[in-house]
Amino acid sequence: MQPFALIRPTTLLAARDRVHEHPRARLFRAGGVDLLDRMKEGLDAPAELIDLRTIADEKSLRGINPDPAGGCQLGALVTLAELAAAAELDAVLREAAGSAATPGIRNLATLGGNLLQRPRCWYYRNVDLVCLKKGGDACLAVTGENKYHAILGGGPSFIVHPSTLAAALLALDASVDIAGDTPRNIPLADLFVGPKQDPTREHSLGPGELLLRVVLPPAPPGRRSAYAVAKEKQSHDWPLVEAAVSLSLATGVMTQVRVVLGHVAPTPWRSREAEAVLENQAPSADLFRKAAAAALAPARPLRHNAYKLPLAQGLLREALHRAADLPLPE
Amino acid sequence: MSDIPRISRRSLFRGVGSATLVAGCAAKTPTPAPAPGLDPAAPPLAGTALGPGPAPLRFTLNGAPQTLEAAPSTTLLELLRHQLDATGSKLVCDRGACGACTVLVDGAPQPSCMTLAHDVEGRGVTTVEGLATNNQLSPLQRAFIEHDALQCGYCSSGMLMSCQALLNRRGATDAAAVEHAIAGNLCRCGTYPNVVAAVLSVAKGGA
Repeated sequence: MQPFALIRPTTLLAARDRVHEHPRARLFRAGGVDLLDRMKEGLDAPAELIDLRTIADEKSLRGINPDPAGGCQLGALVTLAELAAAAELDAVLREAAGSAATPGIRNLATLGGNLLQRPRCWYYRNVDLVCLKKGGDACLAVTGENKYHAILGGGPSFIVHPSTLAAALLALDASVDIAGDTPRNIPLADLFVGPKQDPTREHSLGPGELLLRVVLPPAPPGRRSAYAVAKEKQSHDWPLVEAAVSLSLATGVMTQVRVVLGHVAPTPWRSREAEAVLENQAPSADLFRKAAAAALAPARPLRHNAYKLPLAQGLLREALHRAADLPLPE
Repeated sequence: MSDIPRISRRSLFRGVGSATLVAGCAAKTPTPAPAPGLDPAAPPLAGTALGPGPAPLRFTLNGAPQTLEAAPSTTLLELLRHQLDATGSKLVCDRGACGACTVLVDGAPQPSCMTLAHDVEGRGVTTVEGLATNNQLSPLQRAFIEHDALQCGYCSSGMLMSCQALLNRRGATDAAAVEHAIAGNLCRCGTYPNVVAAVLSVAKGGA
């Protein structure tokens, strides 16, 4: 790694001011797992890392705390290991957190870093290649090896969003609190920037803005949730496809259904088509099959990733069956 | 008296490694653009700044206090191997993908290649060198030998640390918990079943 200074600010304002002055040369650092990876690869060469873990005047950066509105707040510095072990959280989030990376990395990696990590696309990660993400004029996956790329919402870049927590959090209607000159709370979905808007970035934070915490609203009565994922390796691998669902079964029919697919699109992909099929219906295997077909109807696979269509349908059906506690048909 | 210079295994690998690296870099890789200059007259910082040169660092390694200097860009693994000669933790992938460099930081297993040296300021680090006491192998190390839980041995120091963390956390355990604990430790020899057997034997009180 190129030499850098390590800054340990004690206040949130000091951390933000420091980065705001030189947003390209000074980077926030939480667990640092993806950041150190990029620095080792030569993709990033900051002059300073601003360590967020020494900030003492913003307690909500750490831990899982009750939210005044009745739900809970997850600090941006909460580790994946802490999320996986938090019995008070919904199954979809615990399962997603516990499935990511390895036990050792889950002890380091944070919620904020997981949401804001850069894509795993091998063209982006190769320092010798100038792809659309790095200011080039073409997404190299279009004509290249695109086994792991997007089948939904792609173009002009065909990355898939790398966060495993994002799909689960979207299924729980999460929002994020952002510290900046104007503090703001935005739906988590609005944190993500698609390639049509700007292919060089994946999030909407401005210079010196900092993701403070994720806010989960109170759960509707009878909420159930599930997470299903397929990977080539069981451990230390990013998903091929993942499905996160939550629904309320308080009245015998499914309400407040949320269907989110991960690793199929440049942003975590909420399928309102599938939700429309399921909402206010009694759970059944046949209905789940229809919902899965509806979710993938808009998909446009590239040369090497058509396998993701049946895989995503299968995982979505599995998650729905588990959330509704309906035995899997096969 | 031979005047052939003495070649140690370590120095040979070091030489071969850099020669291979140079050969592999015939096409020059672009270096990242230098960071823009920072304002030397910036207002005082609420907090501390370390580096970019060597900066003081204190922590405890296997129970022994350490006081030394390291640049912020030094990983914990580099510090252990290059400055403290604690070469038990192995450098393999350098990306947190293989687990060979796993150490315990305040009891929690983590990859030392993805940890900065300065991240352990004031904390306690345990490496594979810290498992034995008074030159006696620990029960877990003896169990690894008895259950043939290693072949080439490259994963063993990290594997041992993940397993020791599991044993420290809970006395009794089962095969699923061991498999979960070593899910970040890659063994290309495929010794996993023997590792699980070794850990279970220690958990049951044997060795």
